[in-house]
Amino acid sequence: MADSTMSQTARVSPGAPEISRVRLPLHWLGVAPFFVFALLFLILPTVGLIAGAFKNAAGDYTLDNIIALSQPKLAAAYWVSIQISLVSAVLGALIGLAMAVAVIRGGLPSWLRSATLTFSGVASNFAGVPLAFSFIATLGRLGVATILLRDIFGINIYSLGFSIFSFWGLILTYLYFQIPLMIVIITPAVDGLKKEWGEAAATLGATNWQYWRMVVIPVLWPSFLGTTVLLFANAFGAVATAYALTGPSLNIVPIQLFAQIRGDVLYNPNLGYALAFGMIVITGLANLFYILFQRRAERWLK
Amino acid sequence: MKQGSRFWAWLVFGVGTTYFVLPLLATFEFSLRKRRGEYSFDAYRSVFGDPNFQATFTYSVVVAIFTILLGVLLVVPTAYWIRLRLPHLRPVVEFITLLPLVIPAIVIVFGYIRMFGSNSALPFLATARGADALLVIGYAVLALPYMYRAVDTGLRTIDVRTLTEAAQILGAGWTTIIARIILPNVLIAVLSGAFLSFAIVIGEFTMASLLNRPAFGPYLQNIGANTAYEPSALALISFAITWGCMSLIQILSRFAPRSANRPN
Repeated sequence: MADSTMSQTARVSPGAPEISRVRLPLHWLGVAPFFVFALLFLILPTVGLIAGAFKNAAGDYTLDNIIALSQPKLAAAYWVSIQISLVSAVLGALIGLAMAVAVIRGGLPSWLRSATLTFSGVASNFAGVPLAFSFIATLGRLGVATILLRDIFGINIYSLGFSIFSFWGLILTYLYFQIPLMIVIITPAVDGLKKEWGEAAATLGATNWQYWRMVVIPVLWPSFLGTTVLLFANAFGAVATAYALTGPSLNIVPIQLFAQIRGDVLYNPNLGYALAFGMIVITGLANLFYILFQRRAERWLK
Repeated sequence: MKQGSRFWAWLVFGVGTTYFVLPLLATFEFSLRKRRGEYSFDAYRSVFGDPNFQATFTYSVVVAIFTILLGVLLVVPTAYWIRLRLPHLRPVVEFITLLPLVIPAIVIVFGYIRMFGSNSALPFLATARGADALLVIGYAVLALPYMYRAVDTGLRTIDVRTLTEAAQILGAGWTTIIARIILPNVLIAVLSGAFLSFAIVIGEFTMASLLNRPAFGPYLQNIGANTAYEPSALALISFAITWGCMSLIQILSRFAPRSANRPN
């Protein structure tokens, strides 16, 4: 008790407030360029778009643009985008987690672990136009894997309805950066599974399955969910891969927005702003959930 | 039980590796097929000999260098100052640096086109030079989360306060402190951020295309729409560039100091 009063009086040392009062403006000068830059090139352009989404051509405030997002073509674009992002995020997260667990906890040689992590770092950044090229060369109509499957195994995947330019083709391509991103982000959480927990569970007579169901899955669950929504946002904002793969034909939000910026295909600039606003809302919500889940996950990583 | 789990681990790893290696091998095989009936490097020869490849690649390298310079100028003093004098602002700055991960690049560039058009107060898009500058700025924004994290991690490993006080006692001004004391100490972290920025920027498509800049990303897209074998060669070249950047970061991280003498 006495100790805490002592330290409190010590903290309020005379003279300190005056110094900080004199230096206050100079303090701010050091970070001023950063804040001016962020305001001018990140916040104002975005806020401007959002404001534009709530205005009509004459500049009056209105909700018409937001309501117009429900017209069939745009609603379908959002729906397809959400489906592609969700499926690629969930599959990417599950496969990525399986690979991370296999490499870290599966008793594989340790050099495989660092090789996998290095490759994941590369592949998670290998998105966009070149990635689309790779998958066209592999699974396109004349792709190497397509021809091999046809000539050796007698399976013609294109006559079975597969196309690299379709929904599942896009997902297969997206997984090439989604899985590695999952591996990169989830590895610390898998590393955080302490050996002692497994030993403690075994001592108490738990089976392998019980250990997984009652220890591993509850501990990894928040990290898993958090990373899944991050992968969702990652896929939702991706333009280049989809554009290079399918051209402007695929009806997903980023490609609709791309066409709108290029040539006002909606014949209503403010509706374009609303389209962008919808994207921010969805990726913003995804990131909010990521932060919430991550905060819960950190409890076990300490 | 132990044996069984190892089998599953190998199986998962094997399937995953197949998925990741097959497209690279297939792309390589495809890129060699340009000459009829035999393997050749003709596609690579045609790519490297294309004046448009040289022009757009050079353009993107220059843009990437300016992006890195702008990123360093923006992030190093800010992260330093936040650590030294304004720790209570850290959550705000961290939040801002994470925004580019929340707002998709296509939305950011849409905002630019709306805000910096020819008739606006800041008409970046009225001239080609202005649009180049705006592209550099946009890329610096895209790279901000990575640059800030790299530099902040680097600053954590040095004793910022003592270094600053020592420099001040010896009569150094703020510019000298940042350029000659802080920057050399976090150089490895800055370089890591720089290589990551380079990997992100070099083949970027969306911003460059919508700002109509003659960059490498739009060139790639154009080649993909018009030729058969060259895209595969370009895909592998891009993969090699990304791989190179990531390897350099890994090599650099071996030289990075592990912890501070005094955590602050």
